[in-house]
Amino acid sequence: MATVDLKDVKKTYAGNVVAVKGVSIAVPDGQLCVLVGPSGCGKSTLLRMIAGLETITDGTVSIDGKVVNTIGPAERDIAMVFQNYALYPHMKVYDNMAYGLRNRGMGKDEIDKRVRETAKILELGALLERRPRELSGGQRQRVAMGRAIVRSPKVFLFDEPLSNLDAKLRGQMRVEIKNLQRTLGVTSVYVTHDQLEAMTLADVLVVMNGGLVEQVGNPLDIYEKPASTFVASFIGAPPMNLLPLTDSANGATLSDGTAVPQAPKGAAILGVRPEDADVAVGAAASAGGLSLPATVEGVEPVGAESFLYCAAGGQKIIVRVSGRSPANPGDTLKVVAKAEKLHWFDTAGKRV
Amino acid sequence: MVENRPFLTFLTHLTLILGVLIVAFPVYVAFIASTRGEADFLSGVMPLMPGPHTLENYSIMLESGMTSYGAPPIAPMMFNSLVMALSIAIGKIAISILSAYAIVYFRFPFRMLAFWAIFVTLMLPVEVRIFPTFEVVANLGMLNSYAGLSIPLIASATATFLFRQFFLTVPDELVEAARVDGAGPLKFFRDILLPLSRTNIAALFVILFIYGWNQYLWPLLITTDTQYYTIVMGIKRMAVVADADPKWNLVMAAVILAALPPVLVILFMQRLFIKGLVETEK
Ligand SMILES: Nc1ncnc2c1ncn2[C@@H]1O[C@H](COP(=O)(O)OP(=O)(O)OP(=O)(O)O)[C@@H](O)[C@H]1O
Ligand SMILES: [Mg+2]
Repeated sequence: MATVDLKDVKKTYAGNVVAVKGVSIAVPDGQLCVLVGPSGCGKSTLLRMIAGLETITDGTVSIDGKVVNTIGPAERDIAMVFQNYALYPHMKVYDNMAYGLRNRGMGKDEIDKRVRETAKILELGALLERRPRELSGGQRQRVAMGRAIVRSPKVFLFDEPLSNLDAKLRGQMRVEIKNLQRTLGVTSVYVTHDQLEAMTLADVLVVMNGGLVEQVGNPLDIYEKPASTFVASFIGAPPMNLLPLTDSANGATLSDGTAVPQAPKGAAILGVRPEDADVAVGAAASAGGLSLPATVEGVEPVGAESFLYCAAGGQKIIVRVSGRSPANPGDTLKVVAKAEKLHWFDTAGKRV
Repeated sequence: MVENRPFLTFLTHLTLILGVLIVAFPVYVAFIASTRGEADFLSGVMPLMPGPHTLENYSIMLESGMTSYGAPPIAPMMFNSLVMALSIAIGKIAISILSAYAIVYFRFPFRMLAFWAIFVTLMLPVEVRIFPTFEVVANLGMLNSYAGLSIPLIASATATFLFRQFFLTVPDELVEAARVDGAGPLKFFRDILLPLSRTNIAALFVILFIYGWNQYLWPLLITTDTQYYTIVMGIKRMAVVADADPKWNLVMAAVILAALPPVLVILFMQRLFIKGLVETEK
C-alpha cells in the first residue's frame, strides 16, 4: 500500500518539446486516480515518469513517501498495463506472468502459487499453457492485468488499457478493473482519453490539458462544478452548451441580443449541460432560471433518451430529454434550465 | 487470386515441372557421371543412365582421394569446409546480432556513425579487399589455420542490417514491459530478443552456412598446406590437371558429396527457414 505524490513535475523531451509543464497531484493510499485529457496533453508522459520509463526533467515523484526520481522501474515496485498489452509473444501465459517474479529471484513454489492464485481471480486458469497469439483481445487484456496483479506491487499504472477492446467488452472490463482495484486496495493511476471511463473509475479525477492540470477532484464534483470551459466541454457527453455573452447597455446578452439578466458580474460565457436543459411549450421558466425562445432543428432518438438540436439566442443548443422527443423539427418552443444548473465563465474561460 | 480452372492448373504445373527439370538436370548429369567408369566420357557422349561404378568411385574419393592430382581425400576436406562454414555462420550471427542490439537499444555517442561504418562495409566484400586482408592475416600468422579461413569473413554488414531492421519492429512497449519486470539489458536480450529472433537466426544460418561452404577464392589464397584445403577449392584442383584428362567420374563424385551438407542444412532448417522468410512473428 502506498501513496503517490507528484510535486511540480515537468518533462521536456529532446528538441525542446515541453510535454508536461508542472503537475502536482497527490494520490491517497488505495485510491484510483484517473488522468484524462485530449490526445497529446501529456498523460502518458506523466504516467511513464511515475513508472520510471522516462526521466523527470524537474520536480519530484514520490511513491510511499520516498522520492523515486533516480530509481529504475523495476525497483519502484510498480506494475504497468500497456495499451497494446506488451505480452511476451514467445512465452506461455504462465511464463508471461511469472517472468517478473523470476527476475526478482522468487522461489519456484511461491511463483507457482501466486500465478495460479492470480489466474483464478482473472479466470485465466484454462489458458495458462497458451501463447498470447492464441488468445482473444479480451483474454490478452486479462493476461496483461494478471501480469501486473501477480507481482502485488505498491502501485498499478494503466495506460489506456481498454482502448483496443470493442465497446461491450470495454464496459465489462471497466467494471472488472474497478472491482479488482477495490478488492486489492492497490493505489492506481489510470490514463484514458475516454471521459466515461474516467467518470466511472476515478476516486480522484485529474483533467489535463496542454501539459497542465485543469482540475483535480472527485468526478461528480468536477462534473457539477467544472473549473473552466475546457473541463466543462471535456467531461460529460454530449458536451456542455457554451453560449458566449456580450456586455451591452442593458446587461449581458446573447449574440442575437437576447438579454440574460441572471448573468453575474464578469461572466462572459454561459454554460448549460444538455441533461440540465429542457424544452417547454409556453412560458414555464422557474424563477431566475433560463428561458430562451428556440427552434428545433433536428431530433436524434436513441431509445431511452432523445437529443434535440435547437437554435436559440443565435447559437446551437443541445437538449437531452428522456424517452421520446416532445417536439419535431421546425417546432418553436422554449429551452429552459433551472438557475442552479447554470454555469458561468469569464473571458479566460475560468469559472465565475 | 487466380481462378481454379483445370487448364490453368495444368499450365502452372507444367511451368513448375519444366523449371524443376531445367534446374535439376545438371545435378542429375553430375550424379550419373559419378556412377560410371573412367572410360565412359572419352567418347564425348554423355551417358544418361547410372553405371556400375558408384561404390568404387565414392570410396576412392572418401578414402584415398586423387593423390596423383595433389588433392587430399574428400573426408578431411569436407571436415575443413564444415569447420569453416560453421565458424562463419555462427560467428557472423553472433557478432551481427550483438552489434545490431547495441545500435538499436543503446544511446551512445557516435551511434549512427558506427551504424554507417558497418553499413558501408557492404560495399567492400572480401574480393575487393582481398590483398590488404591477406596481408593482415599473413602478418598475424594465420595462414594455413582455421582462424585464417573463417575470421576475416565473419564481419557482416548484411546480417547486422537485417537484425537491426527486425529489432526496430519489436514494439517499444515490450522493451518497457521487460524493464518494469526487472529485466536488465542482458536478460532482455537473452530472454526476449533472442527467442523472438529465432526464425531470423535460422534463415540467416542457412544462408551464411552456404556462403561459407561455397567460399573459393579466400581458401585458395591462404592455404598451401593440404591439411587445410576445403572441398570447393579441392574440386577445382581435381578438375584442372596438366597432362591428363580429368577423371570426371571422380570429380563428379566429389561434387555430389560437396553438395550434400548444404542440402542437409536446408532440409533440417527448412521449417524454421521458411517461417523466417514469410512470417514476422509479433
Ligand atoms: N519521445 C518523445 N519525444 C518527443 N516528444 C514526445 C515524445 N513522446 C511524446 N512526445 C510529445 O509529448 C506530448 C505528450 O505526449 P503524450 O504521449 O504524453 O500524450 P498523451 O496525453 O498520452 O496522448 P494520447 O492520448 O494520444 O496517448 C505530445 O505532444 C508528444 O508529441
Ligand atoms: Mg498516451
